Amino acid sequence: MIKLSRRDFVAAAAAGLAAPMLMSGPARAATAAKVVVIGGGFGGASIARYLRRNSPDLSVTLVERDKQFTTCPFSNGVIGGLWSIADVTFTYDSIAAAGVTVVHDTATTIDADKKLVTLGGGTVLQYDYLVVSPGIQFVWDSIEGYSAEAAEIMPHAWQAGPQTTLLRNQLEAMDDGGLVVIGVPAVPFRCPPGPYERATLIANYLTQSKPKSKIMILDANESFAKQPLFEEAWENLYPGMVEWIPGSQSGIVMSVDTASMTVSTSFDDYQPAVANIIPAQRAGKIAIDAGLDAGQGFCSINPATFESTVHKGVYVLGDATIAGAMPKSGFSANNQAKACGAAILADIAGTEFSPAKLINVCYSFAKADYAFEVVDVFEVAGDTINLVFDDNRFTPVGAPDEVHQTEAKYAHSWYENITAEMFG
Amino acid sequence: MPNTRIRVPKTAKAGDAVEIRAIIQHPMENGFRLDSQGTAIPVEIITDFTCTYDGGEVFSVKLEPGLSANPYFSFYLKATKSGPVDFRWVDQDGTITTATEQLDVT
Repeated sequence: MIKLSRRDFVAAAAAGLAAPMLMSGPARAATAAKVVVIGGGFGGASIARYLRRNSPDLSVTLVERDKQFTTCPFSNGVIGGLWSIADVTFTYDSIAAAGVTVVHDTATTIDADKKLVTLGGGTVLQYDYLVVSPGIQFVWDSIEGYSAEAAEIMPHAWQAGPQTTLLRNQLEAMDDGGLVVIGVPAVPFRCPPGPYERATLIANYLTQSKPKSKIMILDANESFAKQPLFEEAWENLYPGMVEWIPGSQSGIVMSVDTASMTVSTSFDDYQPAVANIIPAQRAGKIAIDAGLDAGQGFCSINPATFESTVHKGVYVLGDATIAGAMPKSGFSANNQAKACGAAILADIAGTEFSPAKLINVCYSFAKADYAFEVVDVFEVAGDTINLVFDDNRFTPVGAPDEVHQTEAKYAHSWYENITAEMFG
Repeated sequence: MPNTRIRVPKTAKAGDAVEIRAIIQHPMENGFRLDSQGTAIPVEIITDFTCTYDGGEVFSVKLEPGLSANPYFSFYLKATKSGPVDFRWVDQDGTITTATEQLDVT
């Protein structure tokens, strides 16, 4: 196939060699359309790269507060001592090099009628398409006595970065025989298997370094993601170290007191050496401030295009959305970014957009060479997103060692690929 | 005997409002659900829950089939004098489950 540059193509079209319809509105709009993306996480970084790869002339601006990004996926490995925080931290240099205008600032207001985004530094960005991918914010008052300040003593480590390092340092400083408590909020929250993978990798570290220690998971829920696989790993690899207490057995963390290092559930008080308290969550601040959640805490979207059901021309991705059966995961956000990106490009081009199937693959580690996975395929069904099949989703319970070793290799391969796609 | 958990502060100052919590592990089967064979699962619920403080009733609930499993109650009690706080759950078949804790008022 002969490669035509856009200039050659337009010249040829102007000379009447192309069909006249190609000269109409949508073709011109493609070069002029402005896309603004708020949030440089899995959703935002993925769609910025996707749009530039598939439409190299498109104007894409990425608004991101931080100069670097630490991924929540694989951050439990940092907490468990399998690898370092530097291994899961990326800069925005390659995204800028790919032609995305990266603005390090905080989006403070969205004017959906005038199609304007105002940044903390005073800059006003005009957009044709706005993608909001702000991740989560914490509902601090979901636990009495918990706050951003309290999280410096009882870390949540549920937004990766300094909090991840803090929790790791606390575990390293803990004496043998200490109690580690992990408080889990009621669903929905970011990364459904995350608290249990974390408990498992902490157990791996403690078994090697502080074998008299104990881990208690205080859970507001009655069951959890990949439960049989985690329970199998706890029993086989770390017998007696991890105890899981569901909500009905007094597992709901009601209050904390950082001064006395007390974590209280409905009926019990604990005095852990290390307290990892994960509070309830809702969509990132800008999404709530812009009313995109319509008071629900998370944002309703058109499940095919990820356009907000509240504001036209505004799209929401990732953890901030209500995406039916799709979990709040980095993989989901990356996949949603491609569906949304394709929808935006189709809208610019004025062509028909047909929704694709969506996927999520989620690996959890139990130790360096032991992992298991869930693989899900989703499809748009009315105004929601449903699982396409509900059997054979998981690594089987009782799988031989080689399977867990292979899954660990797949997990690394996935991580290298997805981070290269966004930040490489 | 169903598993219950209660939380009563050990001590309180006279006049304080203290938080009381109580839970019972119970399926609260509403009678409208079908098992995997399509047979109706019979109704099985707790019908009454009461709490008394030094012999006097302070909290009473009539439970209906719409309540979810493991009913959990939390309420405030005005501490006036030292005495037992007694909890009593009555099953639909008349089975009574009790729990008690002493509250000392200073």
